[in-house]
Amino acid sequence: MIEKSAETLSVVVERDIPHPPEKIWRALTQPQLIEEWLMKNDFKPILDHRFNLSADWGTVDCQVRAAEPNKTLSYTWDTKDLRSVVTWTLTPTSTGTLLRMEQTGFRADQQPYYRGAKVGWPRFLETMEQVLARLD
Amino acid sequence: MPQPHDVLFRTLADPTRRTIFERLCREGDQTVGALTARAGVSQPAVSKHLGILKRAGLVRVRHEGRQTHYSADVGALSPLIDWTKQMTGFWESRFDGLEDLLKRMDQ
Repeated sequence: MIEKSAETLSVVVERDIPHPPEKIWRALTQPQLIEEWLMKNDFKPILDHRFNLSADWGTVDCQVRAAEPNKTLSYTWDTKDLRSVVTWTLTPTSTGTLLRMEQTGFRADQQPYYRGAKVGWPRFLETMEQVLARLD
Repeated sequence: MPQPHDVLFRTLADPTRRTIFERLCREGDQTVGALTARAGVSQPAVSKHLGILKRAGLVRVRHEGRQTHYSADVGALSPLIDWTKQMTGFWESRFDGLEDLLKRMDQ
């Protein structure tokens, strides 16, 4: 998905999950559980806590930016060539939880070009989206 | 070695060049003359921009008699959306892993 509201690119993944927010929160915030579905880590749900996620392909440097139990969790997600923020939002539903993950950012090596063309980008991305839509 | 997206971002960061490319996307193929008439810069400047767009693979050239027609090759934009595609795929598979874990947590 290409967001046209800003000069950044966003990835959003959203799913209805048949489990309560409290349980999902545990999976999102307990290191031994995080490791089972994401990566090895030294996570703590404490504001400004710095942690690493590590996989065989490399390490992700993170810092907690928001942690509101059972509701929202946000941390920076930086790799060698990417500066971004990952935000989890948990919304209770009648059948469980709507879990939303949004990652917003840009590749570090692209930052100057984004900045240099800040005014032009939103309009350009909009054009690009129209163009890409025609390709399908 | 610059990545394909580096070249695209660098190429499209210039507003005049981006405008020319957008016009070709919207209005189909055009000659340098037609593009110059509305670009607000000289014909050599437009030609130079078109050369850079062509080297980035964003513009195709077709010769017809003495006229040279330029058209947008929007397929060249695909590296720009690769990042979102890759990351979406990554997170979709992490969500699968998370759901598996949540099922196990029931037991």
